[in-house]
Amino acid sequence: MVFPGTWSDRDCAHAVLDVLQEPVRYVDHREQSVDDLELVILPGGFSYGDYLRCGAIARFAPVMDAVADFANRGGLVLGICNGFQILQEARLLPGALLRNASCEFRCEWVHLRVEQSNSAFTLDSRPGQVLRIPISHGEGNFFADPETLEVIERSGQVVFRYCGADGRVTADANPNGSLHNIAGITNARGNVVGMMPHPERACEPLLGSDDGLAIFRSAIHALARVPA
Amino acid sequence: MRYRAEVFVTLKPVVNDPAGLTIRGGLHTLGFDSVTEVRAGKYLVLTLDETDATQARARVDAMAEQLLANAVIEDYRIELEPVGEPVATGDASA
Repeated sequence: MVFPGTWSDRDCAHAVLDVLQEPVRYVDHREQSVDDLELVILPGGFSYGDYLRCGAIARFAPVMDAVADFANRGGLVLGICNGFQILQEARLLPGALLRNASCEFRCEWVHLRVEQSNSAFTLDSRPGQVLRIPISHGEGNFFADPETLEVIERSGQVVFRYCGADGRVTADANPNGSLHNIAGITNARGNVVGMMPHPERACEPLLGSDDGLAIFRSAIHALARVPA
Repeated sequence: MRYRAEVFVTLKPVVNDPAGLTIRGGLHTLGFDSVTEVRAGKYLVLTLDETDATQARARVDAMAEQLLANAVIEDYRIELEPVGEPVATGDASA
């Protein structure tokens, strides 16, 4: 998915096409349908300059009605960074992402603990597994009201938490002030996932890690298990 | 009638406001110790043509609900005033 200001679309395409050898199509924000696709990725960037709020304008792009229909039919959707913000603005995922508690843009490697392996993007992972993936954002501070947070936690919708290299979830490992160290969540159905870290930037050893591949591979395996 | 609507968007009281906290810290550094809280927000000014004030307010309200504010984290307040049709005062024609 390419909105004006999207910047990680080519990195995502590289991970899926060049590394995993799966076909990729760039989808323009003015398109009306995504029915030919099996997986929709909303990459990172600064869609529409992030004016007003991150993702607030992109959410009304013509293609987003098609993405919402696709998601509601069970289609696999992954929102990365700005894509996560867009999915929340579109109410396809709960909560919101506030300015980082430090008020700084944070661009660094973090560790993520996989919290569950039920979502389409964590099938190949096991709970407790630690992934090393970079973040690059100024507004990734996960917030949800107490009732929503309780529902997300109780129903196992937290997919990734910021943690130390040893997998321990601590305040020190939280780069942005996110409630409960939340780095990624899924909808109740498990087909829509949003995450602030960038798995596409950790898909080859040359980049410093290939831990991000597990996320794309899981989606491919999920599609093989459930034929459309 | 033409209206000028001011929309004030602020984070809900329960939402942490790192920008507000940082600004408060700056004010304390400058010696403004009496400041106990700063909430940062957005200020939007809209000019719109509507039939009357009730309609104008309803429209701006809908805009705030759908786009200008995110109800998950933000509150908003609207102030509206007519600015359009010239008011006949009678004293400006000398």
